[in-house]
Amino acid sequence: MKRLALLAVLALAPFAGCGGDNGDEAAAPTTTEAATCDKGQLQLVSAGKLTIGTDNPAFGPWFGGGTPKGSKWEFNDPSTGEGFESAVAYAVADKLGFAKPEVVWVVVPFNNSFRPGPKKFDFDINQISVTAERDRAVDFSDSYYDVNQALVALKGTPIANAKSRDDLKPYRLGSQIGTTSLAYINDTIQPEKDARVSDTSNDVVAALNAKQIDGIVVDLPTAFFLVGAEEVKNGTVVGQFPNAGGAQEHFGMLFEERNPLRDCVNTALAELKDDGTLEQIQQEWLSEKASAPVLE
Amino acid sequence: MALGKGERPGPRVGNRSSRILGGPGGGRSLAIAAVSTIVFFGGLALIVVNSPGWPEVQDKFFYWPEFRESLPDIADAFLLNVKLFLAAEVFILVLALFLAVLRGLPGPTLFPLRLLSAAYTDVFRGIPTILLIYLLGFGVPALAIEGVPRSEFFWGGVGLVLVYSAYVAEVYRAGIESVHPSQEAAARSLGLTRLQALRHVIVPQAVRRVIPPLLNDFIGLQKDTALVGLLGLVEAFKQSQIESAGSFNFTPYLATAALFLLLTIPMTRLTDWLIARNRRRELARP
Repeated sequence: MKRLALLAVLALAPFAGCGGDNGDEAAAPTTTEAATCDKGQLQLVSAGKLTIGTDNPAFGPWFGGGTPKGSKWEFNDPSTGEGFESAVAYAVADKLGFAKPEVVWVVVPFNNSFRPGPKKFDFDINQISVTAERDRAVDFSDSYYDVNQALVALKGTPIANAKSRDDLKPYRLGSQIGTTSLAYINDTIQPEKDARVSDTSNDVVAALNAKQIDGIVVDLPTAFFLVGAEEVKNGTVVGQFPNAGGAQEHFGMLFEERNPLRDCVNTALAELKDDGTLEQIQQEWLSEKASAPVLE
Repeated sequence: MALGKGERPGPRVGNRSSRILGGPGGGRSLAIAAVSTIVFFGGLALIVVNSPGWPEVQDKFFYWPEFRESLPDIADAFLLNVKLFLAAEVFILVLALFLAVLRGLPGPTLFPLRLLSAAYTDVFRGIPTILLIYLLGFGVPALAIEGVPRSEFFWGGVGLVLVYSAYVAEVYRAGIESVHPSQEAAARSLGLTRLQALRHVIVPQAVRRVIPPLLNDFIGLQKDTALVGLLGLVEAFKQSQIESAGSFNFTPYLATAALFLLLTIPMTRLTDWLIARNRRRELARP
């Protein structure tokens, strides 16, 4: 038994000292002067280039323009500049002084974006919702898109007539693993049946098409995309949801902790908001935002 | 052989083997073992703790508040793994024995049955479990055949049963073949039919011999239940992925690993003990 006790102590030892001294967010340097945002002085993963990460496949409406011949990307190549996130990324790059050829895209699966250790991108733009918990591990830019969750179902099924969140209780919903959509199902909708949690967005869609689930919860622009591009056959956007707990959910670009580039990107984003560019990009790629009824 | 002064008798054969603290010896060898263990693991720990990335790794993989917070949810999801492997194991043991018996049937008339059993084993042992589960879980429900279950639990379970019964059938077959042919001859000479001989003489001996490898496969099955998460069921691994994506911290995976160990280590020890006991018994026979 002594040996067992010793093993138990050894097993728990790595946790020692994990108390509470990790609130470094507050202490994150915010003193970066605008002067260090000079292109020549930025600390970049690859000198002279702005390296941006996103996941492959690159889905619409966040990315667009298809894939040029020889591209390693699926569905869309981010370097086309088409699609909302690609357009935002190039607008930010432009403000930072990077010409289009100086922007390099790298594939960063969602799970790799927040793993410890040095990052292979300057920032990652991949529909990542900002939460306080996540902010502990990485740094986020300010919002580049305020997002609402939405419900996709098949036309003519009972769930398609839902008018409120309470109407959704008896149904089986699905979403992709790790998303705030899943958190919204579990914490806010709280249906009677366990959510189906798929590894990829393709798997979620397959489950709805096979009628294994009654509806998909996903962000609103993706909802319109799934229906519009017939990914979901005979689908409909039943409605959008108000934000949980009153706080507006938003997407942010992801940075390695304490990367000073974050402040430069925030400055660029603020300028893009002020001069209307961001609004214009949103109009161009995500125009249907207002057209779904709200499921209170 | 006479033993000289200070010599101890060599290890008894019956006690050799799978015990971790093997060998005879008094306090001295125990002390050496303890020192050597501390030096080895202590050194290893020092290397890890002094590595440049350790503070980061400690914060992301060994973050106690995250461990505490995620463990109840993961333990809850782990019940699904337990249910799944208990249910699957019952079908596996029965189906595999059936397959092994088919494979051992004699005579040219029964060749098709032997062929069928062999083909089954080849196919399902050859397909990666993860692929089979994916194909069944996504493919069959998409056929939308009336009356065919759509449940992920069902299809995940079917996938595990198909693969593991193929493995376990081979284990049974090895056991059956290890029973000396004279046993069957003796049984037949007593007037038992072929089936009765199988039922009362061969299989009981065979099964007793293969209990350790059967437990081995059972442990493998326990771990492979994590694969059904692929179909959208929230089992322990899936739950830890969810927790991890919510906080961008990897500690939940550690919590899951701990839960699996809690289950598999006692099983492994039990297997070791059974192997040792079997050896003792067989050696005790004249």
